[in-house]
Amino acid sequence: MSTKTSILPVVGSHHRTLEVEVLRYDPDKDDKPYYQTYQVPCEEEWVILDVINYIKDNLDRTLSYRWSCHMAVCGSCGMMVNGEPTLTCASFVRDMPAKIRVEPLENFPVARDLIVDMDSFVEKLSSVKPYIIAADERTVEDGTFTQLPAQLADYMSYTHCINCLLCYAACPQVNLNEGFVGPAALALAHRYNLDSRDKGRSVREDVVASNAGIWECSFVGACSEVCPKHVDPAAAIQQIKIAATGDYFINFLMPWKKSKNTDEASSGGGK
Amino acid sequence: MSTYDPNVAPKVSNKPIIWSLFAAGGTVTALLTPVLVLLFALAVPLGILPAEMFSYARMESLLASPLIRLVVFGILFLSLWHTAHRMRITVHDFGLRSDGAAVFVFYGLAAIATIVLAVALI
Ligand code: SF4
Ligand code: FES
Repeated sequence: MSTKTSILPVVGSHHRTLEVEVLRYDPDKDDKPYYQTYQVPCEEEWVILDVINYIKDNLDRTLSYRWSCHMAVCGSCGMMVNGEPTLTCASFVRDMPAKIRVEPLENFPVARDLIVDMDSFVEKLSSVKPYIIAADERTVEDGTFTQLPAQLADYMSYTHCINCLLCYAACPQVNLNEGFVGPAALALAHRYNLDSRDKGRSVREDVVASNAGIWECSFVGACSEVCPKHVDPAAAIQQIKIAATGDYFINFLMPWKKSKNTDEASSGGGK
Repeated sequence: MSTYDPNVAPKVSNKPIIWSLFAAGGTVTALLTPVLVLLFALAVPLGILPAEMFSYARMESLLASPLIRLVVFGILFLSLWHTAHRMRITVHDFGLRSDGAAVFVFYGLAAIATIVLAVALI
């Protein structure tokens, strides 16, 4: 018999005080952001979001931040933790040093405290037409699309994005050029380009294959490193580069192919 | 540097021209550099292969074949343009925001080197 009495962690018994430095900013009152420090009694099983919720509930009701699901699904709790883009409901206190600094996501304007203004992202996302653009108008009589498991597997991993924006906070090109369409939006464009039901690649290319699209990426790969859902936007962008290069030369050699394709699909809506 | 602006119709970029050379050059160098390192930094110094195998005379006689000259030209041409584009991106990543100057200098050097290569090999 083993001498160990239990292999289960004893929940609630590992107390630890974390020193948490939080960026505060209220555009109505503050000229510039400042840091406020809280001492938070935590348990090792907590995630960073629990720490921030503790501050809100027990120490300072004025702190503003976003969260909803507490299970890495809604994508709203992304913040910088010790300078790293972090999904705070999915990273544990036990992996943190005694002192942490929590800031709003980098590369976005701060709306208030830990909340960023993500309007620019929403605009970029809709610019890549992230929906199925079918070749022909489909009626109810036509029935549903059919798709093989292998065809589903082609794009499945790119559907996992939760729009948490960690990749935008990590990307040095977004930092250098705020107009760059960016990792998540391009990965989602790729998700639809790869979908067997979709015929909209050439329509999306107006934005996706422009200088502000994939070509602004220099394959640093930071987006894929921080992505909590393993979407791998860096790989998506490189794959689009290859496809867009092929399309470019085909359109160059056979200009009539492109115009036909684009007219059909661009009447299908979007902005 | 180009910026996405919802009010301006974006234009498909002509980057594929240079990027296809960049990608092909990257692939070629990634495949060939380890071979060169293996041959010239390990195999010959360690005496696994005799140095005479790579003597000047032998190398020169290899280049007598037009096909080999063309292959060598292709490899060097792609590596050159890969390097030129890589340098342009590196300069950009270091925060030097004069893309036009980088294009002029690096692509210019690559163009000159391409001409020299073509004259020497073809
Ligand atoms: S690609 Fe990953 S890091 Fe980027 S928004 Fe989607 S889930 Fe977040
Ligand atoms: S709270 Fe929903 S992803 Fe973290």
